[in-house]
Amino acid sequence: MDRQQLPSRRPLGTVSNDLRILQGDSSLELSEYGDQQRGGDNDEQEKLLKESSTLYVENLSFQTTEEQIYELFSRCGDVKHVFMGLDKIKKKACGFCFVEYYNRLDAENAMWFLNGTCLDDHIIHTDWDLGFREGRQYGRRRPGGQVRDDLREDFDVGRGGSGKQAQGCDRRGIH
Amino acid sequence: CKVGEKSACSLESNLEGLAGVLEADLPNYKSKILRLLCTVARLLPEKLTIYTTLVGLLNARNYNFGGEFVEAMIRQLKESLKANNYNEAVYLVRFLSDLVNCHVIAAPSMVAMFENFVSVTQEEDVPQVRRDWYVYAFLSSLPWVGKELYEKKDAEMDRIFANTESYLKRRQKTHVPMLQVWTAEKPHPQEEYLDCLWAQIQKLKKDRWQERHILRPYLAFDSILCEALQHNLPPFTPPPHTEDSVYPMPRVIFRMFDYTDDPEGPVMPGSHSVERFVIEENLHCIIKSHWKERKTCAAQLVSYPGKNKIPLNYHIVEVIFAELFQLPAPPHIDVMYTTLLIELCKLQPGSLPQVLAQATEMLYMRLDTMNTTCVDRFINWFSHHLSNFQFRWSWEDWSDCLTQDPESPKPKFVREVLEKCMRLSYHQRILDIVPPTFSALCPANPTCIYKYGDESSNSLPGHSVALCLAVAFKSKATNDEIFSILKDVPNPNQEDDDDEGFSFNPLKIEVFVQTLLHLAAKSFSHSFSALAKFHEVFKTLAESDEGKLHVLRVMFEVWRNHPQMIAVLVDKMIRTQIVDCAAVANWIFSSELSRDFTRLFVWEILHSTIRKMNKHVLKIQKELEEAKEKLARQHKRRSDDDDRSSDRKDGALEEQIERLQEKVESAQSEQKNLFLVIFQRFIMILT
Repeated sequence: MDRQQLPSRRPLGTVSNDLRILQGDSSLELSEYGDQQRGGDNDEQEKLLKESSTLYVENLSFQTTEEQIYELFSRCGDVKHVFMGLDKIKKKACGFCFVEYYNRLDAENAMWFLNGTCLDDHIIHTDWDLGFREGRQYGRRRPGGQVRDDLREDFDVGRGGSGKQAQGCDRRGIH
Repeated sequence: CKVGEKSACSLESNLEGLAGVLEADLPNYKSKILRLLCTVARLLPEKLTIYTTLVGLLNARNYNFGGEFVEAMIRQLKESLKANNYNEAVYLVRFLSDLVNCHVIAAPSMVAMFENFVSVTQEEDVPQVRRDWYVYAFLSSLPWVGKELYEKKDAEMDRIFANTESYLKRRQKTHVPMLQVWTAEKPHPQEEYLDCLWAQIQKLKKDRWQERHILRPYLAFDSILCEALQHNLPPFTPPPHTEDSVYPMPRVIFRMFDYTDDPEGPVMPGSHSVERFVIEENLHCIIKSHWKERKTCAAQLVSYPGKNKIPLNYHIVEVIFAELFQLPAPPHIDVMYTTLLIELCKLQPGSLPQVLAQATEMLYMRLDTMNTTCVDRFINWFSHHLSNFQFRWSWEDWSDCLTQDPESPKPKFVREVLEKCMRLSYHQRILDIVPPTFSALCPANPTCIYKYGDESSNSLPGHSVALCLAVAFKSKATNDEIFSILKDVPNPNQEDDDDEGFSFNPLKIEVFVQTLLHLAAKSFSHSFSALAKFHEVFKTLAESDEGKLHVLRVMFEVWRNHPQMIAVLVDKMIRTQIVDCAAVANWIFSSELSRDFTRLFVWEILHSTIRKMNKHVLKIQKELEEAKEKLARQHKRRSDDDDRSSDRKDGALEEQIERLQEKVESAQSEQKNLFLVIFQRFIMILT
């Protein structure tokens, strides 16, 4: 423990510091993300993001369903729409989605309370989005990293898998 | 560094340094400093004594500043009361009373203010909650300043106490059973909040105001502070009651732990000790200050000063559940508490999860007497919490529920938890996480039930039409094509049949809804698309009230294994006006649902329906208000500008207002009708 701490040189800042904690809302801050495909200048984008009720959600398990997303995000308010992100070529779920609420406040609740928590054993990440438009459900990135457990050819002790796809249905038993 | 976040030694030197700098800044930044300190007093009550000490030091150096600050606080207090910010006003009153300890305010003037507060109990024709608030503001300041006030003015204080006591004896407490989380008195009575506070203050008085929990930095500065000149509070008359005054609601104090629950650690202060009050107040204040930022909130909670002398984790868990289970509604959205608890588990992985598990166990044991709304919140919390920890739980500990009547609280609770867990994962996962003995409590596999699906359905009426429809749907038929297929469906209510064939025909609804929902069963999106694409057919078939009811019935038959799907379909159907809220209410109370009446998904749907109705009414009322304001602004501009053309603009706006007025009236009448249906059907069931 530091017992010889000198008083801060800018003590007025300490009181302002306390106030900033009350007034500031770092969990709502806009991240670096900007929709490059959408054009429009940065200020306008920022303004739209501050009014948006749509969230971009990533790091979902490839097997997470729309139903699970509805259940989780409904805890923050009525969900208007969920658009599942799809791999461009295979048209299969690939780990992201858009969640649109009827009003902004519900989306803020999701940013405050669901960002960084678990869905389907994955820690999901939410971010403000400018709003879903047809075409945006296709992932732009080359699919990499996550391999669907049911597509694995090898057997992974921790994650199961090993060609369940060959059985022709997903874990919910749906073909 | 933040004031108050270091060890006591450097807190004092911090404060001294800060006072020095602020004093130097006063000539240039006085109003800014005044504003800052008032805001801190209002919004950071958990840091109360730190900032009162600061003000004390400033007052000792600059008497005028002290006077101006007190005036500013009184102004702020009046504003808060006028604006119905009663919770903030309590913090301001407490701040003022602690300023007595810092030699900024003279004790007799504080006593006089409290005399005026308690005299509100003599007012007639005012809501009881108004009188309650003034008594609460007085009593809840005493842990901080009771000693000083009693030493200086004991006769006056005794009089105020006598008045308070007689008020507390005669006030109404009919609200208490409504607000209690458990109906049982054991193991902890759920006390009315003023009764509890009174008991705590009485005990404090009996202990000669000895209070050891509150951090009092001003004690270290006693030699400086007692040299300071004090100010008198101006006489304070409580603002009168107006029509717009809205006072805080009464509460019941939630208790789930006592000293027996943590035998190893520090002793938990008793339920009538003032320490318990102060700790709970401070923890509630921390949550109130930081609820939107769960990491900060958790950090602030676990670094509560004086934490080594109390079983802090138990207090934190109790305070959080107190808020989550508060009736009628928690102070903040339910999901906040879930993620706050998760954050706390992350911060204190060696201690908090065990306390939380103990709490969960206790809540389970007391399910029999728990208010149903609270059980619902418990279920939602627990299922969401488990989903963040791979659904790990010692289900065998709850095997006692397996031998009980399935309709009794414990097995019902487990069933509902598993159902919610399934919604957050998938069916097989649930079967995997519980022991085989629990399989009877596991939810059904949420599959679609299509009555025309197998060979035995050949003999069902409408079977051939169903097949026809299926083909049509698959080949992307239009609404018109569907209509023409449906035309051939005979009406079992033959007497009412007319040539158009669009009067209520349950068989038409049956084949259409069954087949369409079956084909769209793959996901919510598929089902929503189906509703959207064939909206016209739906609207026509469900035109009459009986039609609406039958659509809901058939939908329920198809999806009775998948309550979540039922809920989202009902929601969509209301929003797209295929059915109305009253139809949903009638359906919920119908005989088809009587078997599932006590399942939570039914109430989820009913509550959601009521909420949508209320939101709809509010929305249109708001539109009307905005249009009226726009018109008023236009009129004002016209009288300023003398512009002829705005006469025409007026006309359009006035028409819009008239239309909105009609819309509001019709929405309000629909809302009234919804409640009437619910109350009437309830009465029918209960009698």
